[in-house]
Amino acid sequence: MNDHEQYAEDLALYALDALRGEDRANLDQHLATCAACRLELEQLRGDAAVLSLSAAGPRPPQRARQRLLDRVAREPRASASKVGEVRSWWGWLGWAATAAVIVFALSLWRENAGLRQTLASANSQAAESASEVEQLRRIAAPILAPDAQRVTLVAAKAPPQPQGKAFYLRNRGSLVFLANNMPALPPKKAYELWLIPVSGAPIPAGVFKPDAHGSASVVNPPLPANTVAKTFAITVEDEAGSPVPTTPALMVGAGE
Amino acid sequence: MAELYDRYSSVVYAVALRVLGDTGAAEDVLQEVFMQLWRNPSAFDAARGSLGGWLAVITRNRAIDSLRKRRPETDIEDVVLSVVPDLAGEAERSRAAEKVRGVMGAMNPAQRSALEMAYWEGMSHSEIADKTGEPLGTIKTRIRTGLIALRKAFQT
Repeated sequence: MNDHEQYAEDLALYALDALRGEDRANLDQHLATCAACRLELEQLRGDAAVLSLSAAGPRPPQRARQRLLDRVAREPRASASKVGEVRSWWGWLGWAATAAVIVFALSLWRENAGLRQTLASANSQAAESASEVEQLRRIAAPILAPDAQRVTLVAAKAPPQPQGKAFYLRNRGSLVFLANNMPALPPKKAYELWLIPVSGAPIPAGVFKPDAHGSASVVNPPLPANTVAKTFAITVEDEAGSPVPTTPALMVGAGE
Repeated sequence: MAELYDRYSSVVYAVALRVLGDTGAAEDVLQEVFMQLWRNPSAFDAARGSLGGWLAVITRNRAIDSLRKRRPETDIEDVVLSVVPDLAGEAERSRAAEKVRGVMGAMNPAQRSALEMAYWEGMSHSEIADKTGEPLGTIKTRIRTGLIALRKAFQT
């Protein structure tokens, strides 16, 4: 029996907040190091949330609304922006800016040969482009360099979660994928990234192994031209890669 | 906050009332849940699930804590759940509720009862085992397979 099977039933109790004492402490310890069990816990909490739907009843009394709004008015928050969308919006904005820089830098790098020729003519326009390339290279280097230090910031007290971000530009066939906090792999295994098309089978989009800090990247894997991606997913496969997924997805795109 | 309240207060109140069975206590939990969201909106990570689902789970946990007169054991920031239907719209909620009731109705009565005791009464698996006279392992299995049955119903 492997660890995940051993913890499967305790995870369901944990999701219901019904696991106590030593069993809970043991599972907390395991969850701190096991991404697969953390994902399963999130899924089970989602299942429990669905169960809440079977509750039906009267609406809350009208006075409750005013009571809440009065309390809110008495307790102003430092930045009362639109609740619930703050994190995802800023997160999206940050990543989108990063993606734009990376994709632009890559497209410029691709054109490097042509650019060198232009540079040889030493005209001022080419010099300006070269300077731009250099600037973008400096921006992209800390993002993609294998020896760059990567720190993922999460809410205080939250355990680090495995995270992957795929930046995909369909019309250029450019894909940049960055991952953090990936759990270590068993020997001879690797993570495989999949492009999940709108229809048809998953398309292999690169095999990668995280470094000692759990970071990894995949840059411009070969992909069929102009493929519309519904989402991306990650499985664990043999280190040579597999043409089709052979294990359940460990991570999938959450949609943004 | 008024907009969020109008959208989600009926889910929050229904869950609190189902657990507590008392309108005053349910209203207190309703206030507490929305004030927590107001004070700490970043506790909810929109990338990881729906706000409606998250509020339902937070409410249920707080209502159980109140029912059992115990201190909250789980920090709201630690409650992360996978994407579930958002439950913001009445029609969507009512369709989903029907589906949940269908799945619960089709369950073996012992399994349904174990899941309901754990979820709505906040009983631990050992308390359920004591009450039903069944082995601990059986109760654990029933609860897990019950949750998985709900998952499957929403995957199809």
